[in-house]
Amino acid sequence: MLEIDRLALDFLRYRGLWRRAAIPCLHDVSLTLARGELHAVVGASGAGKSLMAQALIGLLPGNARLRGSLRLDGELLDATRQAALRGKHLALIPQSLAALDPLVRSHHQVTWAARRAGVNAPRAAAERALTDVGLVGDSARRYPHQLSGGMARRVLLAMATAGEAEWLIADEPSVGLDPAHRAGVLEQLRRLADAGKGVLLITHDLRHALSVADRVTVFHAGTTLETAPATAFQGRGEALSSDYARALWRALPDNDFARPAVHEVPQLA
Amino acid sequence: MSTAPTPPLALRGNPRLGLALGSLALLVALAALLLMQPQLAERAAASDFQARLLAPGAEHWFGTDVLGRDLLARTLQGLALSLWVGAAAALLGTLIALSLAALASLDRRLDAMVGLLVDSVLGLPHLILLILIAFALGGGTQAVIIAVALTHWPSLTRVLRAELLQLQQADYVRLSRRFGKSRRYVVWHHLLPALLPHCLVGGLLLFPHAILHEAALTFLGFGLSPGQPAIGVLLAESMRYLSAGYWWLGVFPGLGLLLLVLAFDRLGNALRRLLTPREAQQ
Amino acid sequence: MLEARDITLGYRPGDSVLRGVSLRLAAGEWVGLSGASGSGKSTLGRLLAGHHTPRRGSLRLDAAPLPPHGLHPVQWLPQVPELAVNPRWRIGRILAEAWTPDAALRRRFGIADDWLERYPHELSGGELQRVAVLRSLAPGVRYLIADEISSMLDAITQAELWQTLAEIAEQRDLGVLVIGHDQALLKRLCQHQLRLENGQLWAEP
Repeated sequence: MLEIDRLALDFLRYRGLWRRAAIPCLHDVSLTLARGELHAVVGASGAGKSLMAQALIGLLPGNARLRGSLRLDGELLDATRQAALRGKHLALIPQSLAALDPLVRSHHQVTWAARRAGVNAPRAAAERALTDVGLVGDSARRYPHQLSGGMARRVLLAMATAGEAEWLIADEPSVGLDPAHRAGVLEQLRRLADAGKGVLLITHDLRHALSVADRVTVFHAGTTLETAPATAFQGRGEALSSDYARALWRALPDNDFARPAVHEVPQLA
Repeated sequence: MSTAPTPPLALRGNPRLGLALGSLALLVALAALLLMQPQLAERAAASDFQARLLAPGAEHWFGTDVLGRDLLARTLQGLALSLWVGAAAALLGTLIALSLAALASLDRRLDAMVGLLVDSVLGLPHLILLILIAFALGGGTQAVIIAVALTHWPSLTRVLRAELLQLQQADYVRLSRRFGKSRRYVVWHHLLPALLPHCLVGGLLLFPHAILHEAALTFLGFGLSPGQPAIGVLLAESMRYLSAGYWWLGVFPGLGLLLLVLAFDRLGNALRRLLTPREAQQ
Repeated sequence: MLEARDITLGYRPGDSVLRGVSLRLAAGEWVGLSGASGSGKSTLGRLLAGHHTPRRGSLRLDAAPLPPHGLHPVQWLPQVPELAVNPRWRIGRILAEAWTPDAALRRRFGIADDWLERYPHELSGGELQRVAVLRSLAPGVRYLIADEISSMLDAITQAELWQTLAEIAEQRDLGVLVIGHDQALLKRLCQHQLRLENGQLWAEP
């Protein structure tokens, strides 16, 4: 069980050249992720979802200040433990395709990732991970600039899964993909969860998160407002407890496409 | 990971404090050096045959040379000279780089030509080209400045050219033209302001290179004239006496050069980080 | 009427992204355009807004060629607003580069007055996209090419942006080409839909 308990985060930013001020970015973030679960975190861009992912894996920039606690199987997950687990038990699928080394063929990068994770036969593990995401033969041997956005995403996915990590954090893994590729990536995440891994899917896309997720946490302005089973998102959202989650559901173009009034959703003010 | 105390927001713990203090110290030291130059020149030239080859001591901190001249004064004088030469060469090199990058951005053929020029100059051994140019120009301060400038523009040109290419493709630059803005407007308001920080940092990082190469050139006898107390001259002279145990003749000028170069290199890198949005806040 | 006739365009000789594409967009009309990534949707969108010149074919606005200088009457809105604005400029200056919208209009797009003094990185993607959309609505603009402008936005921000844009478009009789993947969204917004496949346009049923 991976637990985030009342996580808050400030950034020290320069105001002008010299003076620094603490800018709060996360206020109150709490959620749990179980093995075998695909848990989606849904919210607006800029709400701090990626920061939560970076905090989980211990890769925050140096000017971040963290409060609250992270626990893995009941034990405190601090910086040392994060460094020890990162890439092995705890893997991040980053949002930016810039995470790929532009000078290295993709199957080598996956092999490296497997080796970093301490796998016995890294080359075979890489091969398997690449096959799992549907990259075989020539397409697995290309340089990053020869890959389409969808293929590059799948290479990142293979890098995270080659090491048999138990916990996967996927940060907007389907951004920029067309519907066919997006479905492929999401299904792959679902399969990983079904194989017993804990998968945290961070996305702004509620519609497609719902198609694979077990539970959904609605994130707004640095706060987790509500965690609900994916099945609660139906009808007019009566089963949802927060106004914001309901508004988010109803704003989908295939629901009401509704622009909520501020008095209906106090969080929007 | 548990509750941490609120972070210090004032001066204490501000990572820019080191940079600010370092730059200030460097600036004061350089200003003092340049202000003292007239007196230094006098002291550096004054020979005293009673005090030849004295080891470092209370009166002569860095010792004296074979003509009994104070090595501290000569080292400082040499550094001041290096500063002038380095600054002039870095400025000239930056200007060359900026003009070539601008030229390359005009059309594809010019870009290919500039690219070829950059690659061929980068492909040639630095020092040999440097020596050839300095030799052809007949040596002396001007020749050294020109030679160093002419060999140090390629890497900065490459940076500026890539940056300019990226900027011209940027959505906001293309949109600016579709909002009806002229080419000149785009250059003045979008392109140049984006390039200036690169020029500043590039120029500052060129500086230590220029100083080092000036010293190397002079050391080899193709640069400043032996009569000038340049660091390169001091080092070249020291070679004759090193084996006789007069270590201070080489160590102090060399150390001074190293410190000056390091200081500017650190400053340039810190400034580059400050101007990179992603790293600026850390 | 914005009319593209028999447009062919490629980035390399012998390799065409668009092959004989013809398209008409009337004032006040909303048309959806979808297609796999790499199908040339964006290229077509940019071309309509004057960012590319076709190798063959013609582009006309009300039967006249489009002006080569000055404000382009067809404006392209890119997917990533962070790239569409100069990161060194404040929001006020960014807006003013195209025109000066009054306070009432700014308020309709939810752009607070104090944003004008901020830098782009101090706004979220959704906030910045609203700035980019408002900027493109300069007087004299007749058509908008919205290139996946809401695919990075959450549902609420997306609904707000489109509803506001739809109101303005109706007032000003703007024609809008909506490029996107989300069929539900395109169905909501557009009167009819097109699909780009192998460099050619097909009408969606």
